[in-house]
Amino acid sequence: MNTFANIKTITKRELGAYFSSPIAYVFLVIFLLLCGFFTFFVGTGMGTYFKRDDASMITFFLWHPWFYLFLVPAVGMRLWAEERRVGTLELLMTMPITAWQAIVGKFLASWLFLGLALLLTVPLWITTNYLGQPDNGVIFTAYVGSWLMAGAYLAISCITSAMTRSQVVSFVIALVICLFLILCGYPPVIDFLGQAVKPWFVSMITSLSVMTHFDGFQKGVLDSRDVIFFLSIIVFSLFTTSVILRGHRAG
Amino acid sequence: MIKVQNLVKIFGPKRAVDGISFSVERGEVLGFLGPNGAGKSTSMRMITGFIPPNEGTVTVGGFDMVENPIPAKRLIGYLPENAPAYTDMTVSGFLNFSAEIRGLRGDAKKKAVARAIEMCFLEAVQYQSVETLSKGFRHRTCFAQSIIHDPDVLVLDEPTDGLDPNQKHEIRNLIRRMGEKKAIIFSTHILEEVDAVCSRAIIIDRGRIVANGTPAELRQKSEWAGAVTLRVTGVNAAAVTQKLANLPTVKRATILKEDATGVTARAFPKPGINGTLAHSVADAAQGWRIEELHTEEGRLDEVFRSITMPDTGKESKQ
Repeated sequence: MNTFANIKTITKRELGAYFSSPIAYVFLVIFLLLCGFFTFFVGTGMGTYFKRDDASMITFFLWHPWFYLFLVPAVGMRLWAEERRVGTLELLMTMPITAWQAIVGKFLASWLFLGLALLLTVPLWITTNYLGQPDNGVIFTAYVGSWLMAGAYLAISCITSAMTRSQVVSFVIALVICLFLILCGYPPVIDFLGQAVKPWFVSMITSLSVMTHFDGFQKGVLDSRDVIFFLSIIVFSLFTTSVILRGHRAG
Repeated sequence: MIKVQNLVKIFGPKRAVDGISFSVERGEVLGFLGPNGAGKSTSMRMITGFIPPNEGTVTVGGFDMVENPIPAKRLIGYLPENAPAYTDMTVSGFLNFSAEIRGLRGDAKKKAVARAIEMCFLEAVQYQSVETLSKGFRHRTCFAQSIIHDPDVLVLDEPTDGLDPNQKHEIRNLIRRMGEKKAIIFSTHILEEVDAVCSRAIIIDRGRIVANGTPAELRQKSEWAGAVTLRVTGVNAAAVTQKLANLPTVKRATILKEDATGVTARAFPKPGINGTLAHSVADAAQGWRIEELHTEEGRLDEVFRSITMPDTGKESKQ
């Protein structure tokens, strides 16, 4: 009971912090612009939204791993780095809450914020339903997958944010780690690896990739392995964050 | 309320805090003195549970800070060094957050916030963002945060740092008033503050406690305590020193000033001769024209210097 109250208080404060600065608005606008632009104008092997002549949102979700690569570390970079730089970490850690409550509260705030950004793309779903008869189950699982993937990136940004006082350093390191998680499932990289190493090694690498696990969601498959993959990244990263924070305090 | 036992903190090769023990009861205001880098802030961070000690224990209200931190932290209000606060919030938003995290809700929260704003004179800025505040207001905002839940224990790291003289005065009064019902530890390097506020003071140097007592007791450690200053006319300096130095109660006598109008001299008492030196000096001075004769009180800054800088301290003594 107390635990939830504390987490709620932290979450509320963090969400307030996003909206009392330009970060939230800049992020939302850029995310929506990017989504719109890439969905309608940038073609891949699958074509663009209209040219596909198919009532689906696949050209929308396709880009999410790449948008998140830049945008999620930008949302997460301030979480701990700013607390350490300003010194409010000392205040937070001497309040009658556990480090876990603070970590979860902060993570939840950012994750809810990313959820809000996703929710704001609902007009695209309405449009798709107006133009044709898409499989709304597929769209729903893709939304769930996208949000879970955002959470995984975000949890990684939490680690890098706890590692440093500098938001820029946190951003860059988070971006590199997330890029790795994308690339190890990116077809050109897999092809290249396939020529160089044994197949079992390739499949191990690709199983680490967010691309591999997001793929199922995009096709409407709600596979428990994919869900567990993203959730385990989140839990592991938040745990690592707590270890790093404890390390700072132990001096 | 606060019991600190044999506290040790090691940073790399350095023992920042090296075996500190003391306790503070309700109704006491303990001044924490020491030069920069003596381990004051580190000790306070261990007492408030921000960093764990390498050895030793801290108990607050009977709760061990390492074993049982949440109930212990609940009893404490803490003003960290440099008074950090969330810059993206308004003053009242920040205080509401602090009240909420301390478990206050609804009416109790409203009252607590209003009370803290009033006590710290923040009415004028309560809807302003912390980012735009001057240093004094920011400091008081963080101070307000520390008293929001009316804690039994207050730990204040340099609470008057960066304030103007009026604000210093207000904060000192506030601390003294609250000290009647709470256990308070505060650090400072302003020695007048110790006299103005503390019921007891501890001086730490290089991580160890080097003095512990009431301000009056500490002052007694000064070589100046009980010394007698004398200004006479119509005699030369040599005669004055000789006569004073020959008194059985005088350890040594020095000339402070000699000019055409007279001689100012000071006699230091031998150990154990307290307060009575003025009589013997007055007797010895019979026949001279005395313009001034008074007993010195000990001076805290001199005690502080002689304790924390044993080598250079002697040179600067008169």
